[in-house]
Amino acid sequence: MAMTMTQKILADHASLDHVEAGQLIEAKLDLVMANDITGPMALPIIKQMGGNVFDKDKVVFVPDHFTPNKDIKSAENSRAILKYSLEQGLTNVMIQGKCGVEHAILPERGLVYSGMCVIGADSHTCTYGALGAFSTGVGTTDIAAGMVSGQAWFKVPEAIKVNLTGTLPKYVSGKDVIIHLIGMIGVDGALYKSLEFTGEGVKALSMDDRFTICNMAIEAGAKNGIFPVDDLSREYMKNAGVKEWKEYSADEDAHYIQTVDINLSEVRPTVAFPHLPGNAKTIDEVEAMDKIYIDQVVIGSCTNGRLSDLEKAAAILKGHKVAPNVRVMVVPATQKIFLQAVHEGLVDIFVEAGCAFNTPSCGPCMGGHMGVLAKGEKCVSTTNRNFVGRMGDTEALIYLASPETAAASAIAGYIANPEKVGGNN
Amino acid sequence: MKQAHGTVFKYGDNVDTDVIIPARYLNSFDAKELASHAMVDIDPTFTQRVKDGDIIVARKNFGCGSSREHAPLALKTAGVSCVIADSFARIFYRNSINIGFAILECPEAAEAIQDGDEVKVDFDTGVITDVTLNKTFQAQPFPEFMQKIIAAGGLVNYVNSNKEG
Ligand code: SF4
Repeated sequence: MAMTMTQKILADHASLDHVEAGQLIEAKLDLVMANDITGPMALPIIKQMGGNVFDKDKVVFVPDHFTPNKDIKSAENSRAILKYSLEQGLTNVMIQGKCGVEHAILPERGLVYSGMCVIGADSHTCTYGALGAFSTGVGTTDIAAGMVSGQAWFKVPEAIKVNLTGTLPKYVSGKDVIIHLIGMIGVDGALYKSLEFTGEGVKALSMDDRFTICNMAIEAGAKNGIFPVDDLSREYMKNAGVKEWKEYSADEDAHYIQTVDINLSEVRPTVAFPHLPGNAKTIDEVEAMDKIYIDQVVIGSCTNGRLSDLEKAAAILKGHKVAPNVRVMVVPATQKIFLQAVHEGLVDIFVEAGCAFNTPSCGPCMGGHMGVLAKGEKCVSTTNRNFVGRMGDTEALIYLASPETAAASAIAGYIANPEKVGGNN
Repeated sequence: MKQAHGTVFKYGDNVDTDVIIPARYLNSFDAKELASHAMVDIDPTFTQRVKDGDIIVARKNFGCGSSREHAPLALKTAGVSCVIADSFARIFYRNSINIGFAILECPEAAEAIQDGDEVKVDFDTGVITDVTLNKTFQAQPFPEFMQKIIAAGGLVNYVNSNKEG
């Protein structure tokens, strides 16, 4: 029987010839990840299960959420996962100030790649589907069990096919595509399912666009998002030092419970209004409203903190100034991206425009530190969630947008159209 | 626990993990401390009003958002005996099973039951009784595989028993 790409990866990892949607399987894991929030909570559970990881190469802890340690409790949490990583002799020990946000650092270091079966104790673990891996987020007990046993149970998901055609216009990027999609199908539109991206439009998307799109698959409730492997992703993996990988593709006659068509050429800059990532409004709809004045802009996170995101924002900000009453936090997702931004002169552009340029961290994305919002403040953010209280006070309002729209809004002081504000305009 | 019996706290669609337990409290994973902040961003008086055994009823996609197991743990420790909803976000669902927190999908019950109703749930049969409305509903039973995890007393014991076997 025909299988989707996700189903094939799961079947292989469960040592089965064939799986069907709805089937419960136990799959072997190729990488198991936790961070400084979920990791420390997993340690006592790991201890109850015997205390040792199943494979030193396949377990990794990333300190990124409340790092650089924002308070004493966070410092203790970070120390706990570092100590455990060292005790276990893990091959990949991540040190604060030398790594970055989990979903950017793992692909960058070549630790995740095509054909893998990955779980992470973080919901945005679905990001690695951009490279053709099956990867999904789980909780603390699951991650502890995965680290000890090298296995996890899954219900084989049904799939939605997202058929992409066309190419993205200037000032429109992966973020607009995924907000547009969530706006179409809703925040539970893909609940328990895979989002499989396909079609000739795929080749027009950069790797960074694909990471952004898979990153937010969870915001539609999906178990995972996944892209086919092509020359672009092969080159990315080679550059990241991956020597070998396995490629899977969906059978031609695989069953999808729904097909969604998106013509990339027609996607507009799109903003998700408070308090759900599915409250999508095109920039044209926004422009037809009263101006939405803002207090803060965040450009960064595992969604949009990669080099091309910073390049796009810098291209808009270059030669312009941030609006007088707006503060802008630019947060590169990894140290490597930080350095590239320095070398390319992006940091000069940001700082001269009036932005703060920060050390890699989740920082403001989850209201941890480095840009927490006060009551009633409004923020345009390139992150992935605009839930009540996500970035600070429960009465703060978060508008999710692309780096281009965020940069244009920083200049204007209100939510603005990157086609009209900034750059050479 | 085979049965639940308590007063209902009713919420709407897409109750997310950021309101169940806001990120600002996640530098702790102490269950009691987490429980003391449960639901504050959506219902500031929840922790003062909730009593042991009380039941949360909500609509679509309960627990959407982050993978934080702190969310079901906070509710469980606050005394909530189960959550009844139209549907659950998948990570919240897994996490609840793994820590032995009862959750039931039943759109009919989730629609009909009102805030403040007295409700009884029989976990063996999946029968939900709204005593106030004098109505019963049948929830979906857990799939067999999950029953095994629950029977083992959660995923920790399940993994341990598999290792020995
Ligand atoms: S950047 Fe935000 S969404 Fe991404 S891992 Fe960090 S907190 Fe989570």
